Amino acid sequence: MTAAAERTHDAETAPQDAPADVLAVAREQVLERGVGLSEEQVLAVLHLGDDRLDDLLALAHEVRMKWCGPEVEVEGIVSLKTGGCPEDCHFCSQSGRFPSPVRSAWLDIPGLVEAARQTAATGATEFCIVAAVRGPDARLLSQVREGIKAIRESGNDIQIACSLGMLTQEQVDELVGMGVHRYNHNLETARSHFPEVVTTHSWEERWDTLRMVREAGMEVCSGGILGMGETVEQRAEFAVQLAELDPHEVPMNFLIPQPGTPYEQYEPISGREALRLVAAFRLALPRTMLRFAGGRELTLGDLGAEKGMLGGVNAIIVGNYLTNLGRPAQQDLDMLTDLKMPIKALSDTL
Amino acid sequence: MYCVHCGKPAAEGEHLPCRGGRAALEPPRFCADCGRRMVVQVTPVGWSARCSRHGELTSAGASRLTD
Repeated sequence: MTAAAERTHDAETAPQDAPADVLAVAREQVLERGVGLSEEQVLAVLHLGDDRLDDLLALAHEVRMKWCGPEVEVEGIVSLKTGGCPEDCHFCSQSGRFPSPVRSAWLDIPGLVEAARQTAATGATEFCIVAAVRGPDARLLSQVREGIKAIRESGNDIQIACSLGMLTQEQVDELVGMGVHRYNHNLETARSHFPEVVTTHSWEERWDTLRMVREAGMEVCSGGILGMGETVEQRAEFAVQLAELDPHEVPMNFLIPQPGTPYEQYEPISGREALRLVAAFRLALPRTMLRFAGGRELTLGDLGAEKGMLGGVNAIIVGNYLTNLGRPAQQDLDMLTDLKMPIKALSDTL
Repeated sequence: MYCVHCGKPAAEGEHLPCRGGRAALEPPRFCADCGRRMVVQVTPVGWSARCSRHGELTSAGASRLTD
């Protein structure tokens, strides 16, 4: 039985008369057997009261330690092509359709090499090159090719990932040929909520790119942003849709309302809700790398970030993001030292 | 002088959104000298912001470099 089938089977065979405590069920199902929670079970977790939050985080941490281990993967990211995107992702300050203060910019090859050097200097093993585009054109792919070549010639052997929007099969094959080992393409939100967030392309188009990426042998990285007006039911739906995708990595972002975008006036979600989500996603995805990404500084602060690391997260983006600033990388590295969580070594990833 | 987050005159208005937690996560977007929107590049450990009239500001120097 596949993990997805087993998940459905468990949900269907759960006793209906007296609802069991979802954390007790999760302990047996997820911690002991490694079977992620169903949508209904994730929803039950998301409805747990604040008085159960510490228990939830502790269980999620146990699950992470058992099925992923103590190591933390550290990654840096950089925007190769900023702004001017033709898509209308309502959360994004880089869409050319909104009156955002972000102007278009291209990072040159020396700048890209330097960004990769800065990332490797933090101890990170992963460097993700990102472009704000619907999909890459020949010019962008050429820049990526030359950039990767220059990074390697500089003596930097950091693992390189890319996030360049939707791909054709030819482009997937080209990225594999460049040595790109992981591709990020976020599903962003639940399938049922996606049309409220993006109208210029579909959730299914994103899924198609991810399918091609997986079939080509690259690692799949796909997560999303929480706090974009989705319901709690849609959050549970999203967690399970990600589990069905079975990605290598899920980056979890929390919305930072960006000036000029349709979501400018949205309130960031609370720290407690963010932590509940982190733990719930871990229980839906016991074996997947779960990465703290954008928005944690605003939503969780320093103490909340530590709680998240002790509540299911096992990867982080350090330093700055694409258009927003993060906290200093050293602060995160010190946090990992304090938590006695070893940074995944590059030798482990090759 | 102009607000680097909204580009409006710094001495006019309250600029409450420009002083909140979100703004602390933003590099300067507007030139403090003229209020023009700048071309900003964020990197893993810093940022640079270029005004077409007043040159480049970087996080490293946090000072204006002239063309």
